[in-house]
This record gives sequence, structure tokens and C-alpha cells, in this order.
Amino acid sequence: MLIRPKAGILDPQGQAVQRALPALGFDGVANVHVGRLVELDVEDPEQLPAMCERLLANPLIEDYEIIEQA
Amino acid sequence: MKFGVIRFPGTCDDVDAQLAAARVGEAELLWHRDRDLKGVDAVIVPGGFSYGDYLRAGAIARFAPVMESVVEFAREGGLVLGICNGFQILCESGLLPGALLVNNHLKFVFRQVQLDVVDHNTPFTRTCPPTLSIPVKHTTGRYYAPEPVQVVLRYAPGHNPNGSQDDIAGVVNNAGNVFGLMPHPEHAVDALTGSTDGLAIFESIRAAVSERIPVA
Amino acid sequence: MSSTDAQPRYRELGLTDHEYELIVTGLGREPGDVELAMLSLMWSEHCAYKHSKKLLSRLPTTGRHVLVGPGENAGAVDVGDGMAIAFKVESHNHPSAVEPFQGAATGVGGILRDIFAVGARPIAVLDSLRFGEVATSQRSRYLLEHAVAGIGHYGNSIGVPTIGGEIYFEPSYEQNCLINAMAVGLAPHARLTSAAAAGPGNLLILFGALTGRDGIGGASVLASAELTDADDSKRPTVQIGDPFAEKKLLECSLELLDAGLLASLQDLGAAGLTSSASEMASKGDVGLDLDVGKVPLREADMEPFEIMVSESQERMLCVVEPHLADQVLAVCEKWEVTATVIGKVTDTHSFRVFKNGELVGELPVPLLVDDCPLYDLEPEAPATTLYVGGEQQVATDADPATTLRALLQSANIASRRVVFEQYDPVVQSRTVCRPEQADAAVLALPVLAAGTGAGGAPIPGIAVSIDGNGRRVAVDPRAGAAEVVYECAANLACTGAEPLGLTNCLNFGNPEKPHVAWQLSEAIDGLAQACRDLDVPVVGGNVSLYNESPDGPILPTPVIGMVGRLPDVRRAGRIGFANPGDRIALVGSFNPSRDGSELAKLHGSAPAGALPDKDVSAIRAAHDRVRQGVRDREFSSAHDIAEGGILVAIAECCIAGGVGAIINLPAGLDPFGEDLGTAFIVSGPTEGLDGLTIIGAVGGRELNVQGLLNVPLSELADLHAAGLSTLLS
Repeated sequence: MLIRPKAGILDPQGQAVQRALPALGFDGVANVHVGRLVELDVEDPEQLPAMCERLLANPLIEDYEIIEQA
Repeated sequence: MKFGVIRFPGTCDDVDAQLAAARVGEAELLWHRDRDLKGVDAVIVPGGFSYGDYLRAGAIARFAPVMESVVEFAREGGLVLGICNGFQILCESGLLPGALLVNNHLKFVFRQVQLDVVDHNTPFTRTCPPTLSIPVKHTTGRYYAPEPVQVVLRYAPGHNPNGSQDDIAGVVNNAGNVFGLMPHPEHAVDALTGSTDGLAIFESIRAAVSERIPVA
Repeated sequence: MSSTDAQPRYRELGLTDHEYELIVTGLGREPGDVELAMLSLMWSEHCAYKHSKKLLSRLPTTGRHVLVGPGENAGAVDVGDGMAIAFKVESHNHPSAVEPFQGAATGVGGILRDIFAVGARPIAVLDSLRFGEVATSQRSRYLLEHAVAGIGHYGNSIGVPTIGGEIYFEPSYEQNCLINAMAVGLAPHARLTSAAAAGPGNLLILFGALTGRDGIGGASVLASAELTDADDSKRPTVQIGDPFAEKKLLECSLELLDAGLLASLQDLGAAGLTSSASEMASKGDVGLDLDVGKVPLREADMEPFEIMVSESQERMLCVVEPHLADQVLAVCEKWEVTATVIGKVTDTHSFRVFKNGELVGELPVPLLVDDCPLYDLEPEAPATTLYVGGEQQVATDADPATTLRALLQSANIASRRVVFEQYDPVVQSRTVCRPEQADAAVLALPVLAAGTGAGGAPIPGIAVSIDGNGRRVAVDPRAGAAEVVYECAANLACTGAEPLGLTNCLNFGNPEKPHVAWQLSEAIDGLAQACRDLDVPVVGGNVSLYNESPDGPILPTPVIGMVGRLPDVRRAGRIGFANPGDRIALVGSFNPSRDGSELAKLHGSAPAGALPDKDVSAIRAAHDRVRQGVRDREFSSAHDIAEGGILVAIAECCIAGGVGAIINLPAGLDPFGEDLGTAFIVSGPTEGLDGLTIIGAVGGRELNVQGLLNVPLSELADLHAAGLSTLLS
């Protein structure tokens, strides 16, 4: 599961990275957001959205994306 | 009256909250695995780093057995005070609106701040003076709520330590019986530490409880 | 024994040919893999102190307040009412240079474990930090920011207040930052616990975090090798700290001790199980059987030697009588701490390591712990200073106001607020004086609760200070090291506290080099002398050697942490001038000079020359006078004159109090010279300053020094506030 700050929520970590990259010579960087990755093995992938809604993400401030690998 | 102070693994300010509450009433610690609130009149969810603040501050603590009882206690009108990590837990558990985000400067901040009490009509602030000097200490204290909320405390102009929306430092739920704040009133109860302003919040709770539940 | 193409394995592990011969002789055979790994760690500088142990025996370690001296995880002093204070300072320099956040965090975690391993609840953390010049070095800014964040992360999260510290910036620390952390704990005398394993047949229980490949090779590689450009190869050995795990471990350990369930307790630090278990066996004069197959692992495929040397954090080892084992495991379960019986105490004096019942190593405990050769140093005083001066930042003929401004905003003197705002100083409800309020942090011994000090009864407390000054020790290692002790005691005197004991961390370069050996030897002699002068014993400490880069050694940096007692924290002295109209007095025999001073540095001078001669009886008298004046409330404020000299000290009193002063300095007194630990600025009503040299009065909005300068207080405060914070933003 990829969890990232909702669009429009101030993301100071993303901003800090966005400021740091040009200082290292990486120009043309925009829209940096820092989220987190939760990896798990699950028997029933149907449960994943509920896991995100209830624990892994806070829907008020975070979006999540479920990426399944067989 | 009796306060119950919840202790999760990783809670740090539990004993401080207990000591502060004990200045106005009785106070005992409630273990996170126990569902029994032991007949307390008010619950304090104290500060610290419950479950290491892993995943998100407060995200795991809200599922502790004791929190089920706290949610029920709050639904029945019981007074619940969440301080710092406790505020985060109350937001995560849905007892309070909004969420706490990482400070705009990304760092932990300890600072004695001035607070404006903007609502005295709550069980938590009825005996408070117009302003309070109370320390904050947190990394994740920037309050955010997409909808209007009932604000009780604001950081005084120039005192917002974390980029909180509209200088919000503390809010109550619609029913008015659940209060969360980022500043630590339990660390402003003794003149030797520089301020006794936090005591007014504990005294307000005592006053509210004593009115509601007549002494037998 | 397998060997690589290049050299025998024992050399790669840091053992010399001579040491290896001693091992083979002592063992009567070649050691196996597991045994060699264990020996190489126990015979490393870090564990065996082989280049410093002989010198350390010169330090006085006994005194009327000492309950536990050097040798245990932390020393302890009596603070009255049946309570003890355990404290220790330790370095985590090399790990922090590699990964500053985790290095500093695990440094705090390690020193906290030392404190609760002796049965004390940690009540305070302090830190002493050294970096290169943050004004010009991006690397040093990076190290500072991450080290500070790491210290805060650990201390804040575990609920122990960080109440004080010190930071200095000098070019010689550019490649070798110093991260020294000190922890202070409180215990009833009866709970003070030894690490000595006792009772053959008793069980060895490992509890806490899982064991992984953290820090493997760390103790011998990181502690004994000079850092070079190839540091990235050391990155895999960095340990990761988990304050949440340690918080549970702390509560669990103290509950086990309170319930009387443990025969002995030890933390796992450098060299992991090897060091912890063999030291327990050595102290208890017993043997141990330990099965690495029983150790809970984070990575399943670890070799026995890896398990024995792993430096995974947040682990403890205890000895338990067999009939109490179930109760111990139950307490651990309550705190969600993994606990496993991994071995037992034997009466063999042999440390035997098994893997699932099969013997994989067997070493005599004395060979591991006691038989590492101790080396004599070959000290030789250098003909000239080993260090160069920096860039000149202030003209030598600048006017006094310009010089004062430059000093107040210099990185070494400016406000540390930007740093200490990242630490929680108030958790646990004992903190009476926070950083910048007093020269030493002050904690109440009873927690501040409703009935504390009822009816005006005194609230006893402790004051804690940590200090070091590499530049002055470089000028004269003997006098400079002594000065650090005097200054620490002066800090305590300003709060009204009397010293009970001290802990030291000796940060030096490579002792195999004669000039560094001379610095170390001289500094230890200076420390020993100052300890005797002030009757303050050393109760524990740590040595960090080989702090060198290709540019040379660090400034010799003995760091002293001192604990004192004050009878009533309500009377704790503060820095800031409090009342307009109070007189200002100079206390002490103040004999300032410029060599090794902050101003000499701003002038671009190398740390060289001579330090002022000290009159020990005058120092003792001045400390007594200040301590008593504070306790009797004769003084409204007290502050020792330290770096930057008397005008900087007075400016700091003005800034802290938010009020100006009018000063008339004694004729001929150097306003910027230094003589640390000898003299004080106090203020108060005239009648309380009897016999002291009155030099001015509190009041106004300026610092007005007759004939020298007149500067608005607001300007001085702004410079002081911004000096360091602007360099870091």
C-alpha cells in the first residue's frame, strides 16, 4: 500500500525534499510528496481497503493506493 | 472526584498527568489492556509516544482495549481530556474532529507558549483566565480540520509553534465533553516550574464533575 | 584459523601478533572462529581500555558520598533520605560520524540502559557535542542537525528529560565530531544492582529486542580505527535505536528489580552478548554456559559468532534463580518484552558457547576479561602547539563594543535555544531550572506533587552540569583539564549545590602517538589534582581514543559531568539579573588572560601559550561563598565567568534577566580574558554582598560599562539569540 498526503494538505517533508534537490544540482523538480510504503502478505486482498481506511492511512489527511503483486 | 489516566506502552507523561490531577482530586493509572475504567469521573489520555508513534501518532493506541471503554464513556457524556499524544489518539479514534500533522518546520519543539482561551463555556475551561502560559512539546502538533470545529484554545498571536490551522491549540467535540489540546497543562501546575496556569484546566474539570454528580 | 590473502584474520580483527601469541599461549591452542571474534572484541581498546587503564588508576574514586565507584555500569552517590543518584557519561563519537541521527540516538539509548541496569530510573539526559565550524562547514551543520534530532528523538520518545548540555565548534572536530551523552538516574539504595553473576545453577535470561546483524565488528572496528574517506563501507554496521522498545525495557527492568526477581542485571552495549556475559561472569567469579540457538533472532541465518558480537540495541541480560524464572517471564510478557532463557551460571570459570547443544567455543573467563595486555604510553611534550589558528574574525584593535558583539554572536557563546528547543526538559515533573535559566540544570528529588514541600519544608534536589573545553586543554592539558573540573563545580555553586561526584569522558586522538599520549597523561593528572582540590571523586566514565583524521588529532577533550546536591530547590540560583537596583559583585580571585580564550580564537590565534595560575584555596572559598549566598538568598542571581570573560558573563546575566546594568570594572581587569571556574558575577541587595567587590548595579535598558561601551540590551539579546540559529537555518 502506498500512502501519501492528500492533495492540498501542507506536506513540509515534501517541501523540504523539493528544496534540497536543487541544492544538489537536480533542477526542474516539482510536486514532491513524501508518503510511506506498507508491505504485507495477505490471504484475502479484499480486506486491503478496510485495512487502509481503519489503520494504515488516515483518510482525513492521506490517500492510499493498493498495489498487488502475485 | 477521581481521574483515570490511561497508560499505553510508550506513554511518557502519564505520571505527570496523574500528579497534576491529584492536585485537585484522586487520580489513578488505567492500563491499556484493561477495559475497566474503575468508576472514574473523568479520563485523561496523556502525552507521550504510545506504541512509539509508529505508523502515525495515535493510530495504534486507538485500538487498545481500554479505548473501547473510553469511547463508550465519552458517548455517555463522560469527560475526556486528551493531551498531546492523547489529542492525537482522540482524533484518530473519531472522538474529536480533525487530525494532527507533522510540524511545519519538521522538528520537535519544546516551548512555553501563550494561549488565548476562546471558549470558557466548556467543562475544561470554565475557571480559566483569558490567557494561559503552558509548554508545548511535540513533533506532530499541526492541527488540521477540513470542516469548522469548536475551538477552545488558540495560540496567542506569534506563538503558534507548529503551523497549526487558524492557530488552533485545542478543540472540543460537538457534545462538549471531549477536549483535546497540544499544550501540556500537566507541566504548568507548580510555581517552581514557571507557571501554574495549567491547573485551571484540572480545576475546571473538578468543578464540572462536582456539579453534575452531587456528592453523596 | 582461516586467513585472507593479505593477512591473518586476527589482524583484520584488530589484534596484534603479540596479543594473538598471548591468546594462543593462554588457551593452549589456536582459537576457533567464535572464540576469536569474542577475544578480538574483549581485547579491543573499547572494552579493555588497554591504552588508558594504567593512567585511569591515578584518578581518585572514593569519597564519603560514593555508593558505587567505577567498574559497574554506572557509578552512584548518596543524596540522602535513602536515595542514590547513578550517573555516567559515555561517547558515541565514531558511530555518530558515520550516521549522526542513529549514532547519537543509540548513544542516548546506551547510556540510559547503563543507568537502569544498576537499578536507577533515568531522570535526566545531558549531552556534550563537538563539531567543525558550522559557519563554514556544511558537513558539520549536517552532523549537528542530525545528531541533535537523534538525541531528541530518543530522549523525548522515552520520556526522560534532556536538561542540559554544551556544544562547541572547532576545526579539529571537522572529521571527528564528538557525541558524549550523560544520563542521571534515581534509585532507592536497596534497588542498586550489581552486574556480577551469582549462584551456579541460576539461569541467564536475555530480554528485549531481537538480535540482528547490527554493529557486527562495530566495537573493534569503529572504536579503534581512524576514520578515512572509505567510511561508507562502515555504514552496514550502524545500529538502529528504538526508544519505544527501550521504554518498555526500562519499565520492565525496574518492575523486575522492585519485585526482587533478579540476582543481577546487565545491559548489552558494545560487543553485545560477549562483553555483557563475560563481564557478569568475571565480576561474579563464575562461569557461564550460553546457547546461541536459544537467542531470538531477527535474521534466521546468523552464525554463532555473529550472535555473540551483535550490537543490536535495547537488550538486557539478567541472572535469575530457577524458581523465579516463570515470574520474570510473566513481567516481561506484561510489558510485551521478549524474554528467553539462553543459558546458566556454572562454577567452572569457563565461558562456554553452544549452538543447539553443540559446543562451539570455550574460553576461560579471566583470559577474556583480564588478560588483555595493558600498554604503557610513551608521552612526549610537543615542541609547539599541534593545532593551527583559524580565520581572523575580529580585529585585534577593535573597540570593546565591537568585540563584545562578536563574542556574543560567536557560535561557541551564542544562545543554544535553537538546539535545546528540540529537547523535552520537563517530563517527569522534577525540572526546576531549564536550560539557559541557570548554570546547571536543577531537578527536585521528590517529584513536584501537591504535597511536595508542604508547610515550607525544604525540597531537596540535585544540580547537574556537563563541561569541557578542548581549546584550553590544548593550551595546557594539565591545567586545562583541571579547569574543566573547577568550572563544573562553579556551575553547581551558582545553583547552590555542593558537588557529590563526577563522571568523565576522555576524548583524545591516537594514544600511540607520543604527543597525544602526553596530552592524555597530563590531562588525567590535572583531573586527578582538581578532584582532590575540590574533594569530588570520579565514580565512572569512558575513554574515546583514536579521534584522528589525516589532518591530525582532535583537541584533547576531557568532558566532565558533575552531580551536586542542594538542600532546597526553591532557592536554586538563576543566571538572570532579577531586580533593578540590586548591586552587582565580582566573587573570586579572577586572573584572566587571553591564551586559549574565545577572543583569541576570533583573533585567529592557535590554542597555545599558558593558562592562568590557580589559587586552589581561593577557588574553594569563592565556590563556598557563592553557594552559601545563593542558599541564604543573599543573591538574586549568580553566574560563573566562563568563555568570553567578564563582560560576556555580565551580558548573559542581563539577557537572561531582561534588564540592563551599569558597570565599573576594576582598574586593569581584562574585559575579555578568561580564567574558568574561579570567579562569579552575583547580584543582590547591598547587605548580602558584604566583603565582595561591588562592580555595578542592575537597571536600565543598556549594558553600560564605564569607559568601555554602552550598548542597548535589545541589541545584545538579538545578537546572542541569532548567533547560532542563523548559522543553522
